[in-house]
Amino acid sequence: MTMRISADEITQRSHDIIRDLKHLEGPMLPILHALQAEFGHVPNEAKRIIADELNLSRAEVHGVVTFYPDFRDHRGGRHVLKICRAEACQSMGGDTLADRVRQLLGIDFHQTTADDAVTLEPVYCLGLCACAPAAMLDGEVYGRVDEHCLSEIVGEIGR
Amino acid sequence: MTVTVFVPRDAASLALGAEKVATAIAGEIAARGLDVKIVRNGSRGMFWLEPLVEVRTDHGRMAYGPVKPRDVPSLFNAGFLSGNDHPLCLGLTKEIPFLRQQTRLTFSRCGVTDPLSIDDYRHYQGLKGLEKAVAMAPAEIVQEVTDSGLRGRGGAGFPTGIKWKTVMEAAGPQKYIVCNADEGDSATFADRMIMEGDPFVLIEGMVIAGIATGATRGYIYTRSEYPHAIATMGRAIKIARAAGILGPSVLGSDHAFDMEIRSGAGAYVCGEETSLLNSLEGKRGIVRAKPPLPALQGFLGRPTVVNNVISLASIPVIMHRGAAFYRDFGMGRSRGTIPIQIAGNVKYGGLFETAFGLSLGEIVDHIGGGTATGRPVKAVQVGGPLGAYFPRELFDTPFDYEAFAARDGLIGHAGIAVFDDTANLMKQARFAMEFCAIESCGKCTPCRIGSTRGVETVDKIMAGIEPEKNKALLADLCNTMKFGSLCALGGFTPYPVMSAMTHFPKDFVSAPLIEAAE
Repeated sequence: MTMRISADEITQRSHDIIRDLKHLEGPMLPILHALQAEFGHVPNEAKRIIADELNLSRAEVHGVVTFYPDFRDHRGGRHVLKICRAEACQSMGGDTLADRVRQLLGIDFHQTTADDAVTLEPVYCLGLCACAPAAMLDGEVYGRVDEHCLSEIVGEIGR
Repeated sequence: MTVTVFVPRDAASLALGAEKVATAIAGEIAARGLDVKIVRNGSRGMFWLEPLVEVRTDHGRMAYGPVKPRDVPSLFNAGFLSGNDHPLCLGLTKEIPFLRQQTRLTFSRCGVTDPLSIDDYRHYQGLKGLEKAVAMAPAEIVQEVTDSGLRGRGGAGFPTGIKWKTVMEAAGPQKYIVCNADEGDSATFADRMIMEGDPFVLIEGMVIAGIATGATRGYIYTRSEYPHAIATMGRAIKIARAAGILGPSVLGSDHAFDMEIRSGAGAYVCGEETSLLNSLEGKRGIVRAKPPLPALQGFLGRPTVVNNVISLASIPVIMHRGAAFYRDFGMGRSRGTIPIQIAGNVKYGGLFETAFGLSLGEIVDHIGGGTATGRPVKAVQVGGPLGAYFPRELFDTPFDYEAFAARDGLIGHAGIAVFDDTANLMKQARFAMEFCAIESCGKCTPCRIGSTRGVETVDKIMAGIEPEKNKALLADLCNTMKFGSLCALGGFTPYPVMSAMTHFPKDFVSAPLIEAAE
């Protein structure tokens, strides 16, 4: 369920997360991961708080957030489907699989379906290269992805 | 007597349905009221047989695979708990040729033990290296590692002992051991298998590194794409802390060492050590110029050992069995064993740990069994996205750092991606440039701009626009990237591109010309 949360609540929860983690050596990435786990993205409000708490400029925080493909500036779909696009998967028909997934979902990579069910993302290696092609749906991994496996994945997305 | 059944929890096993198999086995056990214990082990690394279920018998462990959930009732009916025959029975696990031919030193426990059982770890020779190390002087440990001939298994092949010596001799109130577990190369999964299948060996290796160099804090920097490894490694660290392997007094000694695991966020370049250090500090993963060396000014500007997972995981066996034992394996200046990862379009894909020196052809054709599709092998890419494509004509190349370098290639992290004859190497060359453009950190111009110009130039060759002129331009661009880039991303992207052009010139024909020929 996607629920709208108020800016005040984002601020409050961000403060809590940042206070819990700021004692770490190099706390930035743990904080960003925690924020994204909490909100589904890294909210703008939170960037300001990170900057204050870690004694950085907002530009520096923004620079870090935008460097890493994992961090989003807006919510993705309820599910995230990652299709491996790297060489070992290419050797086992990864490009054909990618085309088929795009066709089935009606979206391209980096896009979200209109019903917010799923965001499609490329990934460069899941370490499942001896059972290629590979995919990951919300942390669940799939190897030797064929038509049957793909319908299973699409079924999971529909839930 | 309780029977023990092993069902792997390695991510690749899970990707092939191991969780459903484990659930089905647990269901049968309950329905039949049997006294059976299920152990979720790591993988043996034979992925064409996964999910590989094993049963402990009086004669040794019997293997069954690949097991699907629907096979489970018939396994019970056939009496697999007593090691009885079944169409999926593979005999004794240790007698499976793919395993029998290996020399498993670093991976000796992977797939054998419960990854989170300290008792299992001790039972299979775990902590023997650390027990020796706590009684040794740091310089003696460093000497042992130097004498073993161990070179960095991440790809660069730098002698581990020399790196440790630099950090040992560096002054500073706080030093660090940073484990580079940012295994982003396609066709590699050895780091992941260790973290999921034998995490204590990595912890033990890092603690020994700490004692040797005077570092008391460690970080494992791994990938967000590896959620299972992160979970297992995190639990193993807590268990090791509770068991006194980590903490203020390592195994009751005067040495202190503690560590934690950190996750990257999808940037391939963070596998480069200086970029990794910036990322660990919480900055953009931008490459740093060297010098200063990370050994002197690494994490937070302090002396830091940055070693790959496999380098660190090889330390316990070196300390336990001695430098000479390890050094006796291998060839030339490549000493010890290397976990070769055979992947992509291959019949018997998996992890094969062996002494350096096997020829590429033996690995691909005999051990890997050729392609999964049954078509001829056209090319293999060795060493990930920055590694060269090798044609069959070079299959006599021995697996050795220098031998690969002499043929304009690299062994990198020892991953091999196999391609059949449907592959188009011009397309692969284009992808190499595209990947570099996507992943470039942006710090140096040859990598940032060169990769984009590289994609455009390959596109021109594909479109038949002045192909000869553009091929020469592409070679010139590769030369600039190779010698002008700050790190291996821009510097090594020319390997796949140039090897594709050199060894597969017939693929560098424009689409209009192909159409005209038809």
